[in-house]
Amino acid sequence: MEKRNAKAGSLESSDLLVVIEENKPGEELEIVMHSIVEKQYGDRIVQIAHEIATQKGLANVRILIQDRGALDYAIRARIETAMERFERGL
Amino acid sequence: MGTNLLFVPGNNPAMVQNAGILGADTVIFDLEDAVSGEQKDAARKLLKMALESITYEGCETSVRINAMDTPYWEMDLKIVAEAGIDGLIIPKAEHGKDIERISDILDTIPGADGVFLIPLVESALGVENVYGIASSSKRVRGVFFGAEDYTADIGAVRTKGGEEILWARGRIVNGAAAAGVEAIDTPFTDVEDIEGLKKDTLFAKALGFDGKASVSPRHCGLIREIFYPGDEEIRYAIRVIDTVKEAEKTGKGVASMDGRMIDKPIVLRALKVLRAAGIKEDFRYE
Repeated sequence: MEKRNAKAGSLESSDLLVVIEENKPGEELEIVMHSIVEKQYGDRIVQIAHEIATQKGLANVRILIQDRGALDYAIRARIETAMERFERGL
Repeated sequence: MGTNLLFVPGNNPAMVQNAGILGADTVIFDLEDAVSGEQKDAARKLLKMALESITYEGCETSVRINAMDTPYWEMDLKIVAEAGIDGLIIPKAEHGKDIERISDILDTIPGADGVFLIPLVESALGVENVYGIASSSKRVRGVFFGAEDYTADIGAVRTKGGEEILWARGRIVNGAAAAGVEAIDTPFTDVEDIEGLKKDTLFAKALGFDGKASVSPRHCGLIREIFYPGDEEIRYAIRVIDTVKEAEKTGKGVASMDGRMIDKPIVLRALKVLRAAGIKEDFRYE
């Protein structure tokens, strides 16, 4: 059976693609991130994703992020959109 | 006021975050045609976050919400108004009562007191009803003509010369002037044809339009240059208003300047120049 998932964003410059997948029961929140500015901002991106997932109570998911140099506002917007879509089952 | 209004796709972070430095007086973040149905939620969220975190200095921000016959418009309106927007562009405007409805909703949103509305008139019915639309709410700052949808609606072929939209343009300018609001002309859609843009913009100004929209940052500078009054024009307009004010104060029946009587059309033209230059002037000609 295919895992429940949702995505938001794109791989265009200044954007990011966020995919959220359901984890197996018992597994913890997992964040996998690749960014063109990973050395400088990688930790920050993971921190934002963690914050939003915690706020929304999403513990049993895997968040995959491919960043193309997005600013904080766009990172937050895409992660929140992906999570809301995930919750709505889109 | 904005002499040039630039459309920016509402779901494109690169353009959204740079919108303030593209040379537009008013940026129109587009949630309508530039965003597909399944991406409306993403664009709305992106704009909300952008408006809450980016300072757009030197230009006004507005959002073209989705049309009122869609399931999206009300959420668009609430989210961007709460996030802090200067104005809203209302597409497919056909009746004043619809604009009143939007105005009433804005009245209930904290911090949305100053949000202006620019109905986009782009159908045969909208053009017929333009005065009612323009005068429907004190929030209406201008009426914006959308020629692409309009020509499709009346069954005309859209041309660069624009003969097919001449009547509608005149009616828009007239309806806006009668209601005391601005008239904004349709974009010139050939991004590469700068000479065509110049001709079209000069013609729109001659017809009485106060500004023009564009779909490319490349068009902003020229539109501004054409619509923005020159220094001499601004100085003359200030002198006209000062002279009329002085004449009123001293009880003179007729004001004159440089040996010429200043009558109502001259005053109204001067006020229009000051408005175009972004100079606030509360003087009302009685």
